[in-house]
Amino acid sequence: MNRLSKLGQYGIFFAFALICLVLALSTPKFFTVSNLLIIGNQVSINALLAFGVTFVIITGGIDLSLGSMVAVTGVAAASFAHPDTYPLVIPLLVGLGAGSAMGAFNGLVITKSKVPPFIVTLGTMTIGRGLALILSKGRPVSNLSDAFNFIGGGNIAGIPFPIIILLIAFAVCSVVLNKTILGRYMYAVGGNEPAARASGIRVSRVKMWVYTICGLLSALGGILLTSRITTGQPNAGAGFELDAIAAAIIGGTSTSGGTGTMTGTLIGALLIGVISNSLDLLNVTSYYQQVVMGVIIIGAVVLDGVGKKD
Amino acid sequence: MSDYILRVKEISKSFSGVKALDNIHFDLKKGEVHALMGENGAGKSTFMKILIGLLTPDSGEVLLEGENLVGSNVNETLKKGICMIHQEILIIPELTVAQNIFLGREREVSGKSGVLSGWLNDAEINQRAAALLDRMGVNIAPKAKMKHLSVAQMQMVEIAKAISHNAKVIIMDEPTSAISDKEVATLFQIIRDLKAQGVSIIYISHKMDEIFRISDTITVLRDGKYIGAKSAAELDYNALIAMMVGREIDQMFPEATQPLGQEVLSVRNLGRAGKFWNISFNVKSGEILGLAGLMGAGRTEIARAIFGLDQWDEGEITIKDSPLHARTPREAIDRGIGYVSEDRKGLGFIPRMSVKDNITLSSMNNHRKGGFIDTHSEQSATEKMIADLKIKTAGTGQHVTYLSGGNQQKVVIGKVLLASPEIIILDEPTRGVDVGAKFEIYKLIRSLADRGMAVIMISSELPEILGLSDRILVLSKGKQTALLSKAEATQEVIMQYAVA
Repeated sequence: MNRLSKLGQYGIFFAFALICLVLALSTPKFFTVSNLLIIGNQVSINALLAFGVTFVIITGGIDLSLGSMVAVTGVAAASFAHPDTYPLVIPLLVGLGAGSAMGAFNGLVITKSKVPPFIVTLGTMTIGRGLALILSKGRPVSNLSDAFNFIGGGNIAGIPFPIIILLIAFAVCSVVLNKTILGRYMYAVGGNEPAARASGIRVSRVKMWVYTICGLLSALGGILLTSRITTGQPNAGAGFELDAIAAAIIGGTSTSGGTGTMTGTLIGALLIGVISNSLDLLNVTSYYQQVVMGVIIIGAVVLDGVGKKD
Repeated sequence: MSDYILRVKEISKSFSGVKALDNIHFDLKKGEVHALMGENGAGKSTFMKILIGLLTPDSGEVLLEGENLVGSNVNETLKKGICMIHQEILIIPELTVAQNIFLGREREVSGKSGVLSGWLNDAEINQRAAALLDRMGVNIAPKAKMKHLSVAQMQMVEIAKAISHNAKVIIMDEPTSAISDKEVATLFQIIRDLKAQGVSIIYISHKMDEIFRISDTITVLRDGKYIGAKSAAELDYNALIAMMVGREIDQMFPEATQPLGQEVLSVRNLGRAGKFWNISFNVKSGEILGLAGLMGAGRTEIARAIFGLDQWDEGEITIKDSPLHARTPREAIDRGIGYVSEDRKGLGFIPRMSVKDNITLSSMNNHRKGGFIDTHSEQSATEKMIADLKIKTAGTGQHVTYLSGGNQQKVVIGKVLLASPEIIILDEPTRGVDVGAKFEIYKLIRSLADRGMAVIMISSELPEILGLSDRILVLSKGKQTALLSKAEATQEVIMQYAVA
């Protein structure tokens, strides 16, 4: 059983390595620099959202409003990103500020009302979608400055800028989770909330932080997406929350709280990206891709369950 | 012809090479209450699992009225008459009492045949359940939903279920761990009735006084070995403990070595609507104040209120002459109060975190560089606490789930101590802890007082309260009925005030 539990813990890494190996051998195009950069670029937005929701899930919560936050923050940022209006920092601050505020709102309602996060964020998911439509009057916000469009579309030394953002975000999130007191408290709250409270942890404060960080990372994803498609789309991001949650779960974050790692989530997001990329290369239609993805999610949780039994 | 209903001969069982049970004997007479004693890890649960057919022994026989049950599964042993009432009661909360009792046997009681036997017959079930509960003399409505019952009532329903299976042998695993003293009395009456009807009971409990109150015979296991079986009349408390731990414990309760200091905590007319009223006491540095009373007397509620886990409405609390009204545990901890909860799993530790992460959880402010964790200081504080409290763990990174009850308790105490409290409240500190580890915890509690802490100890075990406390506050139904000095207090006096 011990061996199996280790496999459960590291299974995702093996699975990822194995799939990459098979693809590298079977699909000549897969293991090329340009294709790997494409994957990294494609994965970046989902990974950012997945990092955010990993924090939330570790504390035993859930956030379904990610996709809507992507839309709101994207539209909000785009509204201030027209050429020759404001300097670049303004749309960025507006977008990130909007995301943090929405996340903080989630946190506030969850901690004050004691309504389960699933319900609260289901509500704010709809509210957010409405806000995005209101802000944009239902129309795409286009004509954005070159500087803004660089964020999602530019390169530095041949490396797409979103990949650089992804790597920085990964490093910061890992440090927050592993090296800070806040990170330790997240595990404690998710592992046993009453005991965390009795240990003197201000549980509400931890939750406020977690949902706010999640909103901030969603905003980063929203800005990336808006910049990449050079338009603030009020309908963007629909369903993104499910991909992000899937990445976290595939990466070993338990929905019951108290466990999870950023590395796992990153691998989870990469796995999703690699599989859809390779199925593209193999000319498999997206219908089948969804079936494959579902099987992988369930498989990951089954492995996780094996790992948890004594 | 013997009057034994169950004879277990030379049972051995190994798990991956480790002998969990080694040549165990067990003879159960018809109509007797037979206590099975032993520390955690002595092999009691493995033995029970073999009796009910959950495990198959490597060798040996389980003879129920001469018939060997080895190889039978749980359903077969149940049909043959061995029924176990688990410590954690297994019920479906949304179903009624009657539906729970006859769960899985709906076809048998439906009175129909063929396709129609799938049709529920709740009227019949209710009638039969009512008859059963009536016979036991308990007042529980068969149509009540299980979730509305108290733990004690659920237990009665489980016993009713056992009777409805025509059980010849009922195994009770820690049946009194979550019920009040009054309910214990009812339970014991039912056990005596069952005895009179010729049903045999195997009784497992950590509570010594209960064992002597209810059992006829006591079998002791230690480290998977059969130590002996004696009639309860032949044994006393010390002799039984000696059998269980394998050595005499000469002095269970260490004496104070330091004189009392200044008053640290003072509680005046503390009250919380519906829970407790007019509670007044103080605790001095170096003193152990025992809080005695029956379950539900308000002891834990008072502790929770002082610690900021619950709110209180009237009175005042002062620590060294300055008032405290903690609204969160954080405030209480910052003012020097530590609380070790009775609910170790629920409020004590985070199971999937390591010993280190648990033990430093209340004192992260001492192990920080800005918002970051100072891993070195954290590691050395943990190692020191492990050594001080003699915590048996594979290392600082071991998950707390895998420790024994006594060591989990020490981790929780260590966590509280690392926050440097001046006042420490220990709520049932030895619940679910082995006899040997209990002794160590007593020594620890006394040493905390000797180091100058003010200690409040809540306990339902009177010997523990009497042995350790310098003064004893007795509560009854949320009211303070006595504040006794060590010289005044005896078991009888405490009980008298506890039921007042």
